[in-house]
Amino acid sequence: MDADVTKSITLSNIRQLWEPGTRREFLRVAALGGSAVLLPAMFAACGDDDGGPMEPPPPDAVVLDLSSDAGVLNYAYALEQLEAAFYTQVIQAFYAGITPEEQQVLTDIGGHEVIHRDFLAATLGGARIPDLMVDFAGGNVDFTSRFSVLSTAKIFEDGGVAAYNGAGRLLTDLNNLLVAGKIVSVEARHAAAIRDLLRPGTRDFAGDDVVDPSGLDQAFEPGFVLQDSGLGQFIITPIEIVS
Amino acid sequence: MTEQTILGGLDPDLIDRVVTRRDALRQTGQRAGLLALASMPVAFGLMAKKAFAQGGLPADIADVLNFALTLEYLESEFYMLGLAPGAVDVGVARPIFDQISLHEAAHVLLLQQILGPLAILKPTFDFTAGGAFNDVFSNATTFITLAQAFEDTGVRAYKGQAPFVQSQAEVLTTALRIHSVEARHAAAVRRLAQSPGVKGWITGNDSAPVALQPSYLGEEITTQLGIDLLAFGTAAAASEAFDEPLTREEVDAIVAPFIVPEPPPA
Repeated sequence: MDADVTKSITLSNIRQLWEPGTRREFLRVAALGGSAVLLPAMFAACGDDDGGPMEPPPPDAVVLDLSSDAGVLNYAYALEQLEAAFYTQVIQAFYAGITPEEQQVLTDIGGHEVIHRDFLAATLGGARIPDLMVDFAGGNVDFTSRFSVLSTAKIFEDGGVAAYNGAGRLLTDLNNLLVAGKIVSVEARHAAAIRDLLRPGTRDFAGDDVVDPSGLDQAFEPGFVLQDSGLGQFIITPIEIVS
Repeated sequence: MTEQTILGGLDPDLIDRVVTRRDALRQTGQRAGLLALASMPVAFGLMAKKAFAQGGLPADIADVLNFALTLEYLESEFYMLGLAPGAVDVGVARPIFDQISLHEAAHVLLLQQILGPLAILKPTFDFTAGGAFNDVFSNATTFITLAQAFEDTGVRAYKGQAPFVQSQAEVLTTALRIHSVEARHAAAVRRLAQSPGVKGWITGNDSAPVALQPSYLGEEITTQLGIDLLAFGTAAAASEAFDEPLTREEVDAIVAPFIVPEPPPA
């Protein structure tokens, strides 16, 4: 779709995207184009809100070149860094009143995400992006609150599933595609478990908010994941996507 | 939901109307909000129609999709029979199985509509597997055990086919979107299991009944792309963190006992 447009967008103003006006604009653009996050219209939409063009990326912005497998795997690495950091903090000091089952689920998931992160770092080797700076307080995560922790975990796991589902088509090496497939189904298992902790015994493990009437899970484009899926708000390091 | 189910049935005229409306919205720049989400299956139906217009799906892609359709037929009929009035009493797990059943039926419809005239017919199933699971539709434990094996196998089967549909980006993405739903199902069913230690993810190659062990063989590996994961976590966590694919031949062997062979042509 629209292969001739400029496929680059700067995420130097992540917070701005969470202001209601910007977010609404963004959703409108995204809704009309499917891949609209990568359309020039997005620049106009962002610009309208603060009365000026978007700021150029600071020099220390991380660049994800999604035209190469390394770039796509670095995108996955960015998300796994975020997830691992979150669960590491969760496990360091569990919220009060946590049940043994919840403790097991969160500890297991944390262990998986650390392995995903370290595996991707190892396979990328020298091509890997630097460690990202993340901030959960800015996203209003309260690690002492069961609901806050589990709700945030839900965002990460659903978002992770949608991100991998959307990125599969960007990978060219079949081994990379397969290994991404090996990870995404585990993210989906996490999502189901977290959702089942939040609303036990309901349809919510694969709820109608994430699975459409054709029985399809979500698939998000990278720009959408990093800006509007709820994941990007926790990443402080500016990320520039090119493809 | 009702409207979407009708759309899932793919009345071409209806799709054209909806798609036309979406295009109109795009042109006028009206706020479409959730419409894009709601029209995803419609958009895919349109893609499938285009594929046929251009000479149909490539035979190898259709072959893979028919393999997937066989598994979806199996799962869909399994839940339809198991959840029928007077069949299995799954107790408080009813909403979970109702949702799974809904999705499997939707997957059948979706694959049928993508395949069009190329779609194979539903085989005849024997969910007792020749008597090995005689109480499958009266005993909740047997039913849940088989459900878990079918879902975990489904995840592995879709994963194993991903490389074979890579050339068709829309088909690949659709397969991935089914794949993760199967994984959600698998996790939810696994969490219902009464056996201690059974979690939403697969530890090692643990299997409850020995008869279902082939669904789990190979899940225990702790090396990925030549990288030893034991440097990053325990063997249990390393095996859980990655789900392994199955080949088509392995899946065929797993489901064969549940499929009644076609009588030879007269």
